[in-house]
Amino acid sequence: MAAIVERVQGTGCVLRGDDIDTDRIIPARYLRCVTFDGIGQYSFEDDRKQAKGNHALDDKRFAGAGILIVGRNFGCGSSREHAPQALMRFGFNAFIGASFAEIFAGNCTALGLPCVTLGERDLAALMDGVELDPTQQVVVDLAARTVTSRAGSMPATIRDGTRKALLEGSWNAAVVLIEAGDAIERTARSLPYVSGFGA
Amino acid sequence: MPAPKSLFTKVWDAHTVRELPDGQTQLFIGLHLIHEVTSPQAFAQLREMGLRVRFPQQTFATVDHIIPTDSQRRPLADSLAEEMLQHLERNCADFGIKLFDVPSGKQGIVHVIGPELGLTQPGMTVACGDSHTSTHGAFGAIAFGIGTSQVRDVLATQCLALNRPKVRRIEVSGKLAGGVYAKDVILHVIRRLGVNGGVGFAYEYGGAVIDAMSMEERLTVCNMSIEGGARVGYVNPDEIAVDYLRGREFVAKGAAFDRAAAYWRSTASDAGAHYDERVELAGREIPPTVTWGINPGQALGVDEALPHMSQVPDADRAGFAEACEFMGFAPGQHIAGTKIDVAFVGSCTNGRISDLREAARVARRGKVAPGVRALIVPGSQQVAKQAEAEGLHEIFRSAGFQWREAGCSMCLAMNPDKLQGREICASSSNRNFKGRQGSPTGRTLLMSPAMVVAAALAGKVVDVREVL
Ligand code: SF4
Repeated sequence: MAAIVERVQGTGCVLRGDDIDTDRIIPARYLRCVTFDGIGQYSFEDDRKQAKGNHALDDKRFAGAGILIVGRNFGCGSSREHAPQALMRFGFNAFIGASFAEIFAGNCTALGLPCVTLGERDLAALMDGVELDPTQQVVVDLAARTVTSRAGSMPATIRDGTRKALLEGSWNAAVVLIEAGDAIERTARSLPYVSGFGA
Repeated sequence: MPAPKSLFTKVWDAHTVRELPDGQTQLFIGLHLIHEVTSPQAFAQLREMGLRVRFPQQTFATVDHIIPTDSQRRPLADSLAEEMLQHLERNCADFGIKLFDVPSGKQGIVHVIGPELGLTQPGMTVACGDSHTSTHGAFGAIAFGIGTSQVRDVLATQCLALNRPKVRRIEVSGKLAGGVYAKDVILHVIRRLGVNGGVGFAYEYGGAVIDAMSMEERLTVCNMSIEGGARVGYVNPDEIAVDYLRGREFVAKGAAFDRAAAYWRSTASDAGAHYDERVELAGREIPPTVTWGINPGQALGVDEALPHMSQVPDADRAGFAEACEFMGFAPGQHIAGTKIDVAFVGSCTNGRISDLREAARVARRGKVAPGVRALIVPGSQQVAKQAEAEGLHEIFRSAGFQWREAGCSMCLAMNPDKLQGREICASSSNRNFKGRQGSPTGRTLLMSPAMVVAAALAGKVVDVREVL
């Protein structure tokens, strides 16, 4: 069993922009590694260099934030788990956005990091609120399906199955998949190509 | 009569081990492909959990992302790359996995070698720690790009826990105009449906245009499904697929081949199958297409101009402005005539023999423009060998192109092939994200291989129809 993830609380970091891809989250040169240790510091490295200190991840007001607040289609592009691994090691334990790319969201679940979405207006209000007052606590409550901040409590969406896996601590899929036991071999035997079509 | 089913439904159901309590499906994976970038951490976790590889004979490995394309001599010049390769070698040896390394003569980009070795077959499920795994769908396989934790899951159980996507049928009707390629078809699909239009969907590509395509063209189309947000894309298997597979190394022989072919045909979608959505596009209306921005949906016909700000929907304006600024384009500007610094033909999208033949057909007509760095990188050692047997490498060389060894090369910045500074690259690869080609400020224009070569000769983006 993995840890139970019911609610994540922390200060927020507002990263505006849509379609932010995984090449920006972690530039490919940092994929030249055999462990994920130490990659957190390279999160958004190129974007941050170009922004010359004006990037959300370098904004002192957001220092120590545990929740990253993003726009539409966050994490699109490559399947590299290095992206959520880097953000997790940078200090983020949950993501709130308008929408998330599918593989990115799945990779987050595999690490026990919830990705929840808000309606357009709620997200805009949350972003504005956290920018105005970055010290406030933001709470992602999976049990209640809400995001709570000074702006109030907003309904948050997360896929039912993902929510359940996080709430029950069954998000380490390997553990769950192993439980199928011999059913795996039975399925394999039923597929003609696994045995080379009887050659 | 049983109800008609789509290929997706048939393959998904046949591979279902069980439904999981959280509503996901435990799906058996018939073919697992691994490479040096996304596997080392998965093997480390496997060791930590004290597990073995459950079906080592269903797993195959190669080295592609980090491999240099100039000298592949060991030890590799980049010590980090060498370390990754050593980890892959050790993991494959320890767990009994077949590795197609450089000495094997069969090394190449994972999505090029799977099909050419006959590993990828219709009716299979395929997984690989790489988002372009959708490529393998060209055969009528259901192929998933996965993250490292999922690579661990497949190694440990040969299964994935997955949410069942919906299926959207994308019908490309009619015929393509001259000078329009499979690459243009998929760039057009993404332009029309958006970079996140496919989230939650598997794409079934069909219609007269797709039916008429070779296997290699279908591979190009399926390859970029993920750029449209769809994790899975496939084409129904037909005689073109069966003929392609006959005689390949990992394909059954003799009577077993006939049984295989019958099985493959049976997996195709039935007439009258249900789709959650349908989209129809007219082949005739697809132009040679070029991306101008920082995601693959920001594309134009080569004779078109960027929109003016007033024509951009409100919700997209911030992204449009950001892309214009990064690329150095003004709204309303024409894309043709854009000067290029680098030309790159290669990648899992367009690094196959038919791509190189098309590229050579254009390369014959001229010389690389002064000041343009131009690379042709075969997708695999077998592609390289075939191209050399046909003399294509000589055509490229005498036109002023560099002829390289097989690998991912300039598709992404994990090996020495990189853009410098703000260089603009005409590229046959699949991603134009900021920094993708190795320089944080480098700029990428995606297009077909023929268009890339035409741009290399002219030193600027040109309409390949005027060259052919
Ligand atoms: S060629 Fe490019 S997209 Fe394809 S596997 Fe290599 S790096 Fe990935």
